[in-house]
Amino acid sequence: MATIELCDIAHTYEPDADNPTYALKALNLVWQDGGTYALLGPSGCGKTTMLNIISGLIQPTRGKILFDNVDFTRFSTPKRNIAQVFQFPVIYTLMSVEENLSFPLVCRKIPAAECTRRVNEVAELLNLKDKLKRPARKLAADEKQLISLGRGLVRQDVSALLMDEPLTVIDPQLKFEIRRKLKQINELYGLTMVYVTHDQNEAMTFADTIVVMNDGEVIQIGTPQELYNRPQTTYVGYFIGSPAMNFIKCTLAGNKLQTAGGSISVPSGVSIPADAQDLKIGIRPRHVRFTDSAGIWAIKGQVQLVQEFGNARVATVGIQEEKLRVKLNAGATVPTGDVWLALPEENLCVYADEMLVNRHR
Amino acid sequence: MALIMQNIDIRENGVAHLDDINLTFRRGGLYTVLGRTLAGKTTLLRTIAGLQQPQKGTLTLHGSDYLRLPVWKRRVAMVYQQFINYPHLNVLANVAFPLQRAGIPRAEAHQRAREVLGKVGLADFEKRRPGALSGGQQQRVALARALVKRAEILLLDEPLVNLDYKLREQLREEFQNIFEGQDDAILVYTTTDPAEAIQLGHKMIVMDEGGVIQQGEPLAVFNAPVTIRCAEIINDPPMNIFNGAIENGDIQLQGSVRLPLPAHMAQLPQGPYRFGLRAVDLQLGRMIGSRVELSEISGSQTILHLRGDIGSFILFEDGVYRHAIGDTVQVDLNSDRIFSFSADGNLIACPAATEADRR
Repeated sequence: MATIELCDIAHTYEPDADNPTYALKALNLVWQDGGTYALLGPSGCGKTTMLNIISGLIQPTRGKILFDNVDFTRFSTPKRNIAQVFQFPVIYTLMSVEENLSFPLVCRKIPAAECTRRVNEVAELLNLKDKLKRPARKLAADEKQLISLGRGLVRQDVSALLMDEPLTVIDPQLKFEIRRKLKQINELYGLTMVYVTHDQNEAMTFADTIVVMNDGEVIQIGTPQELYNRPQTTYVGYFIGSPAMNFIKCTLAGNKLQTAGGSISVPSGVSIPADAQDLKIGIRPRHVRFTDSAGIWAIKGQVQLVQEFGNARVATVGIQEEKLRVKLNAGATVPTGDVWLALPEENLCVYADEMLVNRHR
Repeated sequence: MALIMQNIDIRENGVAHLDDINLTFRRGGLYTVLGRTLAGKTTLLRTIAGLQQPQKGTLTLHGSDYLRLPVWKRRVAMVYQQFINYPHLNVLANVAFPLQRAGIPRAEAHQRAREVLGKVGLADFEKRRPGALSGGQQQRVALARALVKRAEILLLDEPLVNLDYKLREQLREEFQNIFEGQDDAILVYTTTDPAEAIQLGHKMIVMDEGGVIQQGEPLAVFNAPVTIRCAEIINDPPMNIFNGAIENGDIQLQGSVRLPLPAHMAQLPQGPYRFGLRAVDLQLGRMIGSRVELSEISGSQTILHLRGDIGSFILFEDGVYRHAIGDTVQVDLNSDRIFSFSADGNLIACPAATEADRR
């Protein structure tokens, strides 16, 4: 186990081009020992590139990788002692489940008794115990993926376990079980885990820290709560949460933010530079409330549509040309026509040029 | 004018894929068919399309026999889970294809294809090949090809299931607008997602093990599921079910938890019941100690899987929070929202729908 540090790492797949496109733009990142991380972003954002740089499958065009402060940049994959699980199961088809699981240990000449102990422990955890003697190729796709995962877990001394969308082939009901297992394993062995996914829910459920990527860049690093409550960019506000965060255009007029639905105060602690461009307020649909009257935190709109989702109902309110969503409890009464919307100060975010204007207190 | 299925049966090796189906689909209506995997949803669509022949029963469209009408004569369009497009044709040609095959001149076919592409938000992509599009865009191409035919019956088989959740959310929204204008067609849309079925459907049909277990206006079904099985299917996560009894004017749950008897259950006789409570109707509070088995985040909600004296259950917290496995939390149950079922799982009493629901 180790703390892994990426120092000024950048990568391009076309190093000889005059003006190469960088799949990964210069970044610095620290993966703390024992942490659970998710790399979250759409396809093509650079998440798999980053994973392969950590495991040594790709040599970065630029920068250094430190494992516990030692430069590992030129070290081969085996020396890095990394376990990697891919999107689709990789198994040794001619071996039994047991042989598959013990293979990494046998290769490292671990004594037989120790091998058996660890294989049994992992098989127990992954519910593979009564299938140990079966040929691995006879198992269902999701069980094969458990074998791939198990092979990563038998080596408890690995620096990190890297997983690239490992639950793609798994049945939804089983996904729940495996997520639970991964969490338990992290708590049990203190293993550093990095999990790549494009699925917000998977990332938010799995990781203590999420690294949101887009277009080769890290956009925000934070806990699920931080990503939800204070998205650093409008993109994160859109990508995290359902429905997405609302954004309403505004301009600064003294200590007021002027929207198409009237003006509200600038939230305390937010100082907006006078030359700020393209101002917007951001607020989660759950945090907007209907209110009876105007106020310093209220804007005016018109209810256009109410959608039913069973457990919730979502009202779409027009603010002149713009739209704002309000998420309500099932059965909640929705006023009609012209309405006032309360935007609670503590939940308000202000964005300039798509970036959060940070609060200081 | 309607498509009517009566006593339709499809069985294979003793397993009922469709079990005595009686359904009426009217023009201009959007019917969502909700059920778990293998409930018979796809078989139902395939039967309407003529891709599968029932062993028993009748199917009529506007009064005339539809079962004996060959597939190619049925004016049916279908959209599948997988994004099926012609990889060698560009987007415009993909959408115009069924029209040109039907002998419509190229210029007209292209014009109609462009109209539909505009409607599904792909006006700027007509020259691209499907392979150069995102999953959501590919599915929109498939939808456009289905719409362009102006079929009498449009069948959509879990069209969003292979998309990630942000795209699903976005396309669901667009679908609602696109489907608005389809007044001349019968639309049947299958899904495993209750929120999708409720949001999109004018009418919702709940299927399980090849049979229809309930149908009606989506919120009416959601508010009064006829059985525990139905309550499980129409709630995501499934409705929590607790064993217990009504005793001495209280609800008595497993683990010596007592709750006041709500008004909608005041008339029920004493005795054992199974009680249902949705995950949204439990809150963190102080009544019942429970242990966190897993905390998941879905969209803007935290889903807590808990275990306590009353059994295993699920609680929804609005917002994003962190709970570690093994943490202890206290939970309150909202007794006004409790459903009661008989020992064999039939609905006995359900909470009154709110004023807003009846609107």
